[in-house]
Amino acid sequence: MPDYGIDAAVDITSVVCPVTFVKTKVAIEELDDGQILLVRMNDGEPIQNVPRSLKDEGHEILKLIDNKDGTYNLIVRKRESGG
Amino acid sequence: MAVDYSALKKGGFMRQKQKDVFSMRLKVVGGNITAGQLETISNISRKYGGGHVHLTSRQGVEIPFIKLADIDAVKAELEAGGAAVGVCGPRVRTVTACQGAEICPSGCIDTYPLAAAISERYFGKELPHKFKFGITGCRNNCLKAEENDLGVKGGLTVEWKKDNCILCGVCVKVCRESALSIADELINLDESTCNFCGRCVKSCPTDAWRGEPGYILSCGGTFGNQIAYGLEVLPIIRGGDSFFRAADAAIDFFAKYAKPGERFRPAIDRAGWDVFRNAMEEALDA
Repeated sequence: MPDYGIDAAVDITSVVCPVTFVKTKVAIEELDDGQILLVRMNDGEPIQNVPRSLKDEGHEILKLIDNKDGTYNLIVRKRESGG
Repeated sequence: MAVDYSALKKGGFMRQKQKDVFSMRLKVVGGNITAGQLETISNISRKYGGGHVHLTSRQGVEIPFIKLADIDAVKAELEAGGAAVGVCGPRVRTVTACQGAEICPSGCIDTYPLAAAISERYFGKELPHKFKFGITGCRNNCLKAEENDLGVKGGLTVEWKKDNCILCGVCVKVCRESALSIADELINLDESTCNFCGRCVKSCPTDAWRGEPGYILSCGGTFGNQIAYGLEVLPIIRGGDSFFRAADAAIDFFAKYAKPGERFRPAIDRAGWDVFRNAMEEALDA
């Protein structure tokens, strides 16, 4: 695990699109601005879509970590809403 | 008076098994019709076609059971309702398309304007046999480009933008051709392996990939009595101007080399794929 202070984690490996993103969104909404979420996801469709969808919502993707077990940890910083 | 079935077929009225009734093919471009046209179709079907409407395998709409005596009235009502009859027989047929980049998240090219431009330029053009165009927006190939005499597939020629990249590795992961690798904080693109699918561009969370849309053409596809996939003879091409030079060359080649009643595929097979490739390359270089 790299040097990120992880504030919360969500595991979306047991669900499929579009619930993957819904679960991720709910998890990030519970954080304060600037806090960091770890999202554990499966290879395949989630990797292709979830990071991009988070970016499209204004959050900052920091890192994608290969867990070498068919899953990945995505580290994302919640956007500063600026007020 | 003798009925000119050939002229009727050319104008989109195909003879049915039943005597003096016809299935009327409508003009549809890129699989798009408006709600207003649907109303017209509905009204005409109820009035003249017994309420039947058939969706064809190539995004067409046909109203069967149109009586010979009603054809002129049906055509007039169609036109008044913003719809038009299609074509059948040895000529350029309905141009098909998926929804493309305007609507589909996977789309690499804007398919509908291209379908409209192709239809505008070639629809109904007389040729030795039928000639089908189909446009699919990306590598997912929902529209099955290679089934067509001239298939168009959207692709992206990609370029990495180092300054935007956080080396997260999503692009390396989503690349199905293993064309990308990370080493020494650089992303390496193997251009010989890239198939222009654009998944790196679509998935990148930091806009670190730029993609330039282009057309991948497949030629000589046919899925009737003979089944053969269309083949690529050119590298990915960009821009409507290049596209139409290539499309003109393909159609001219077909007109020049095919015997009457011969499809594009056997015509290329007979004339030689090298000859065809040269003709296409010359058209692009011109």
